[in-house]
Amino acid sequence: MNFDLSYMLEVLPGIIKYLPITLLLAVVSMFFAIVIGLVIALIRNSHIFGLSHLASLYISLFRGMPTLVQLFIIYYGLPQIFPSLTTMGAMTAAIIGFSLKESSYLAEIFRAGLNSVEKGQMEAGLAVGMKKSQIYFRIILPQAALNALPATGNTFISLTKETSLAFTLGITELFAEGKMIASASMRFFETYLAVGLVYWLLIILYSWGQKYLEIWLSKPLRR
Amino acid sequence: MMIKVRNLKKQFGNVLVLNDINLDIEKGEVVAIIGPSGSGKSTLLRCLNLLEEPNGGTIEINDVKLDTLNYKSRDAYQLRQQTAMVFQHYNLFKNKTALQNVIEALIVSKKMKKENAIQIGEELLKRVGLEKQAKQYPITLSGGQQQRVSIARALAVKPHAILFDEPTSALDPELVNEVLQVIRQLADQDTTMVIVTHEMQFAKEVADKVIFMADGKIIEQGTPEQVIDHSENPRTQRFLRQLVDELDVVER
Repeated sequence: MNFDLSYMLEVLPGIIKYLPITLLLAVVSMFFAIVIGLVIALIRNSHIFGLSHLASLYISLFRGMPTLVQLFIIYYGLPQIFPSLTTMGAMTAAIIGFSLKESSYLAEIFRAGLNSVEKGQMEAGLAVGMKKSQIYFRIILPQAALNALPATGNTFISLTKETSLAFTLGITELFAEGKMIASASMRFFETYLAVGLVYWLLIILYSWGQKYLEIWLSKPLRR
Repeated sequence: MMIKVRNLKKQFGNVLVLNDINLDIEKGEVVAIIGPSGSGKSTLLRCLNLLEEPNGGTIEINDVKLDTLNYKSRDAYQLRQQTAMVFQHYNLFKNKTALQNVIEALIVSKKMKKENAIQIGEELLKRVGLEKQAKQYPITLSGGQQQRVSIARALAVKPHAILFDEPTSALDPELVNEVLQVIRQLADQDTTMVIVTHEMQFAKEVADKVIFMADGKIIEQGTPEQVIDHSENPRTQRFLRQLVDELDVVER
């Protein structure tokens, strides 16, 4: 069998060197996606005429186009319309693209999470004289977070893997580095397998962290 | 006058659930609202703190007057500050301990220092007999305990009146009494209370005034003796007779 294990182990450190870039893309994009997603979810729930329709349009738009197409529109397309954007770096463009994309998924997840909290929680807060915003932040969001966590985790996992698309904008991250190593050595199987395993390991570590976050968040709800 | 309601109207779609309600409640008065389900008793109570938006009329609680057809969210906030509510399903904040439930509004809306709030919270929990459960989360408490925490939570904000929405309806029978006992104590201390209830015996015992509602209207009001024991009104009589019949069926 033409499989060189020692070659695979040899290229691993070189690939892992680019893990921080992948992590940076994933974590920063996820941060913005959560912020935007939450705002969109709250707007959609607000029933303010016009605004909640705009929020629906946003979700439909960014959920409805392939990530790759969105990245190309932002990085290669937008500077043509707005020349001042020619200075935008590939990293910035990728983060904007991923944030917008994932925020449209998260908005729906968060909306479901918010709606899963009993109406009585809001009523109880109002009845003791709390403001709506106070009730949202102190009572409803913490409970909604627990309900939304598994689906949010799934989104983060998809995002982490999708960051490999950033290589199309010329960013060297895990996958791009693997591609370069593979085409130099012609050992495609070993190299791409090594890349895949690094992603897998990353996801395993994340899932493990999420499990503990879930246990911590659900503390008040266990007998 | 503590609570003054004039020409209150509420519709759900085409159904008129509150039809021109007028209500006066004195300071320190305990008022029990009774009536068949669907008569609008809970809706009336929930209109008093605008958890339901009325379709007409005025509500005045302790000098805060509100025209239900023309008010801003600030006015609603003002009106809600005057009362506190105890719900049928307790509605304790699930992510907060018993003590945190009681002091939440003190810290957040009364801007009280945490130490002071905790002191008040602990005293109130003691008053409802739950000082040992202060650090427990609602899910670990029995229904009766949860309802007592929710009464402590209502008392914490020093409301001018407490609204009870069927406070014992969701409880197992053996837990009803511990909650009624707490409400009895409050009645003895001249707390203004409006209680929607199915417990006739209890209404008779604590209420200064009983209101009988049916089909969105106040049919009759007066002392417990007048309304529950010696009602002349055929609608009231029919309702009370049905209750007695049901009890007979259960006992047999």
